[in-house]
Amino acid sequence: MAIENLKYRFDGGKLTKGATAVVGVLGSGNLEVLVEPAKLDGACEIDVSTSARGFGNIWQAVMKDFFARHHAGDIRISVNDAGATPAIVSLRLDQAIESYKGKHR
Amino acid sequence: MMLRSYYESTARARIAGLLDADSFHEWLPAAERMTSPHLATLEQPAAFDDGVVIGQGDIAGKQIFVAAQEGGFMGGAVGEVHGAKIVGVLERAARDHPAAVLLLLETGGVRLQEANAGLIAVSEVMRAILSARAAGVPVIVAIGGQYGCFGGMGIAARCASAIIMSEEGRLGLSGPEVIETARGVEEYDSRDRALVWRTVGGKHRYLLGECDVIVPDSIEAFQQAVIKCIDNGDDWSLESLEQEHQLLNDRLLRFGECKDGRDIWRKLGWTDSDAIAMMDNDEFVAAAQGHSAKQTAQAN
Repeated sequence: MAIENLKYRFDGGKLTKGATAVVGVLGSGNLEVLVEPAKLDGACEIDVSTSARGFGNIWQAVMKDFFARHHAGDIRISVNDAGATPAIVSLRLDQAIESYKGKHR
Repeated sequence: MMLRSYYESTARARIAGLLDADSFHEWLPAAERMTSPHLATLEQPAAFDDGVVIGQGDIAGKQIFVAAQEGGFMGGAVGEVHGAKIVGVLERAARDHPAAVLLLLETGGVRLQEANAGLIAVSEVMRAILSARAAGVPVIVAIGGQYGCFGGMGIAARCASAIIMSEEGRLGLSGPEVIETARGVEEYDSRDRALVWRTVGGKHRYLLGECDVIVPDSIEAFQQAVIKCIDNGDDWSLESLEQEHQLLNDRLLRFGECKDGRDIWRKLGWTDSDAIAMMDNDEFVAAAQGHSAKQTAQAN
């Protein structure tokens, strides 16, 4: 049942302005995503805390795709996960960044 | 206008929908990371807000304080931090006198991983509800989520000034699965959904007089009911308490032998008790006139 903590950093993103946002719920097969502004010289840092151990390479791929879609820089993303599938993670990340930028409320 | 389901909404969506636009200010938001130390010790995932969203905002222009439990995180179970956040809202209300405290409850009760801390937290919530009411602040409970309102929080709910439920909402002490586990399937079949709703569902609670207002499952309907409850204020007189005790005594005498919600409904004068489940909210409220425990007790 132990948690696995994973860290990712993507450099070279563009400054993304917004306000702290949280989306999703830490429930079975779901996850919550917190996006905060952070002075990171254009980088995007992502911390993942997941109850499903051993899927680091899949998380890596999902996060790489996310960064390729948005090039969101100067943000910190924190994820609490309870076994969401990669597709759900991608959708939540998109929802989170849109919410951060204030497009969705 | 499209109505939004209260049942299917998250705690945050309920707050956003119930309160006046842009009026909500959250206390201890997710970014504060006020998470459960106990879950961390057990190496279990911990939500940023420990499963409850608290803060202040306006409803129809009146300032209220609010706490909304997120059923999706551990069934809305009350841990130490979670409980302390609700207590903090209520104690602050007793000090600052908002127009009301709104508790959007969705919980299975105490979080077993935090057993004693959770139990203490629930008893503190009960005391804080009574303190807020004693300070003149109505405490209004809304129940209409997937997980219902059970365990110690079921008792806490009944300490409030008013309870608003939807038909889908459930209110009780021991949840259906708990009763079945403790007393056997012959006593209570938790998979018999009709039986569960006849025992703990919104319509039954309304007929018994435990739920004050029953609404259709939409955030808009809950909002209108909340506004009405704020306007009604809080009857906290000795006379009303004695009346409530008399009602409870009377209820036990009249229905103590009943095995099923249907038996109670027949005693309340419903000739076709099975029709209750099929009625929509307006039909039900109209038909319930003169056929609830309160009204028939007063008529006796």
